[in-house]
Amino acid sequence: MDVPIIELTDVKKSFGPVSVLKGVSLKAYPGKVTALVGDNGAGKSTLIKGLAGVQPYDEGTVKFNGEVVHLTNPREASHLGIEVVYQDLALCDNLDIVQNMFLGREETKLGTFDEGEMERQASETLRSLSVRTVKSVRQRVSSLSGGQRQTVAIARSVLKAAKVVILDEPTAALGVAQTEQVLALVKRLAEQNVAVIMISHNLVDVFQVADFINVLYLGQMVAEIKTSDTTSDDVVGYITGSKTYGGAA
Amino acid sequence: MSDSRKTPTKTSTTDPDTTALPASGLIGSGMEGGLLDQARAYLSRVRGGDMGVLPALGGLVVLSILFTALSQYFLTERNIANLLTQAAPAVLLAMGLVFVILLGEIDLSAGSTSGVAMALFVVLSNPSGANLNWVLALIIALLTGVAVGLFIGFFVARVGIPSFVVTLGLFLGFQGLQLLIIGAGGLYRITQDPVIAIENGNLLAWQGWVMLAIVLVISFVTAFVDRRRRDRAGVPNRTYALVVIKLAAILVVGSVSVFLLNQNRGQVNYLNGKVVGGNIIEGVPIVVPFLLAILWLGTFVLDRTRYGRYLYAIGGNAEAARRAGVKVVGIKWTAFAICSTLAVVSGLFTASKIQSVDASFGNNTVLTGVAAAVVGGVSLFGGRGRLMHAAVGALVISVITNGLGLLNLGGGINLIVTGGVLILAATVDAVSRVRSGGSLIRT
Repeated sequence: MDVPIIELTDVKKSFGPVSVLKGVSLKAYPGKVTALVGDNGAGKSTLIKGLAGVQPYDEGTVKFNGEVVHLTNPREASHLGIEVVYQDLALCDNLDIVQNMFLGREETKLGTFDEGEMERQASETLRSLSVRTVKSVRQRVSSLSGGQRQTVAIARSVLKAAKVVILDEPTAALGVAQTEQVLALVKRLAEQNVAVIMISHNLVDVFQVADFINVLYLGQMVAEIKTSDTTSDDVVGYITGSKTYGGAA
Repeated sequence: MSDSRKTPTKTSTTDPDTTALPASGLIGSGMEGGLLDQARAYLSRVRGGDMGVLPALGGLVVLSILFTALSQYFLTERNIANLLTQAAPAVLLAMGLVFVILLGEIDLSAGSTSGVAMALFVVLSNPSGANLNWVLALIIALLTGVAVGLFIGFFVARVGIPSFVVTLGLFLGFQGLQLLIIGAGGLYRITQDPVIAIENGNLLAWQGWVMLAIVLVISFVTAFVDRRRRDRAGVPNRTYALVVIKLAAILVVGSVSVFLLNQNRGQVNYLNGKVVGGNIIEGVPIVVPFLLAILWLGTFVLDRTRYGRYLYAIGGNAEAARRAGVKVVGIKWTAFAICSTLAVVSGLFTASKIQSVDASFGNNTVLTGVAAAVVGGVSLFGGRGRLMHAAVGALVISVITNGLGLLNLGGGINLIVTGGVLILAATVDAVSRVRSGGSLIRT
């Protein structure tokens, strides 16, 4: 196995007296989908926010490509190539697809937009992800379905040449067909050698796309398993705390 | 949500959408096809609830026809020139307000700000006041606008008070400040000729034509540059016919306007074919090139620069903009500064028009500006609208005032009609949204 692009070792985070992460380790590899599962309050969001630089960890080391980095704000994370696709999507309804994909990093010439260049890149990025459901890249996002929005949000991170893409519940609130589309997209994202970290409550989805499954339970990583080595029942056991991984505990 | 019934992308070889893709391998952008395709696409956008300035433009035409039928004076050169100068302050104020309305904010103090700034201007520049150089006084007035905007921006963006509350406070406070500056019952006359000329002077005939030529050249060059950039990137351009149509429309409307405004609209007395009295008034009012320049510059910033795009983005979803790295606080700050500064310029236009400033100057103009923006199709919820919309909206409101004035209908009727038109405009907007499947509540 190659060097993990992301390696968290023993990270801790407390909010006042409440210890949310009690020494968590996590690895993510390029070209692999790493699922992060756990019940509500297990610390998934806190773990992700630390990686995104939104809420820095209190303790522990973060290695990016084998080198220790300090993620203290979102810009540093973004600079390294870590992008988060949030559950609430963070798209502007009143802007079109191209404008959303380039928001914050528009292509300009002489200080004015090079709309043609942006449009071509957006179009190519969507095509590289085999997106076929979008008819026009100049559609307003308000006219898109939930699955299409998720597609745009993910394509946005690809456009930024992200090395690590963190997906927060990408299939929540989607219908069956749209879930299929988004999961196919997640796979293609990994095929482009991106390290994907996917938070999900839906184990069917997780088993469909993930290479590794990491289970958080009350602020501790209780299992790190290859998807092929485990079963849904076991994972449910780890999530609820009724089973322990490998008898180690 | 029609695509939820479609087959998943994995089997997309049979997906009907794939066959519609252009050979270039790019996803469509709605710019392909000839004139007919474009017209059809535009119609479907309008039917989809994206009406833009259409209702206001329609209203403008209907009102103009109505008033032309009712009053022989409405469609005369003199009244059209008069209308333009009457509308100018409202147009400018509405355009300034667009910057903050796009953010989903409001500036209720814009009128009072212009009042305070112009009060400062007259007190500083008037011979009976400080008798300062008027250019210096004007700069101080404009800087007052900038400062007020930054002040509002600080409370809205940094402290986090709703702009409605902050500017309501200033609206009240500034009326008092203005009263203190001018003195109760005080009134200062505008004495500087250049200031009076803004609303009362006219361009020479040839200058009007040069102005039109500049507008045409700028329109052509921007269209040309845009097309070349798209060509270079290898994405389709809209059909060339649209450029031609747009330029032709500007040429026709512009030529007719300049020609009419270049006719003499003053009272001249003739004796044996010779001019013996009265005065010749002709030419495009000087305020018109001012307005066009500000409209062009503002539209340029909103459409083609990061700053403008971020204004729309913040209005659409401030959190998304923040996560994308947009410096939301700074943008809000500057937007209020732009609004307040343009409000002061609008105040300068009003002062030029009525040639005096008193203790209540500008106090009741702000809601006209907001109404103009809304009538023009700018959404008070942020993220939707253009400067052109606000300008057309202000023209509609000015036409109502002007037309009813010509019919000798009093101020009461005027306010009722203006209010009615405002509600009508908002209704048209809301109904088109419902028809397009959206909610009455704007998201």
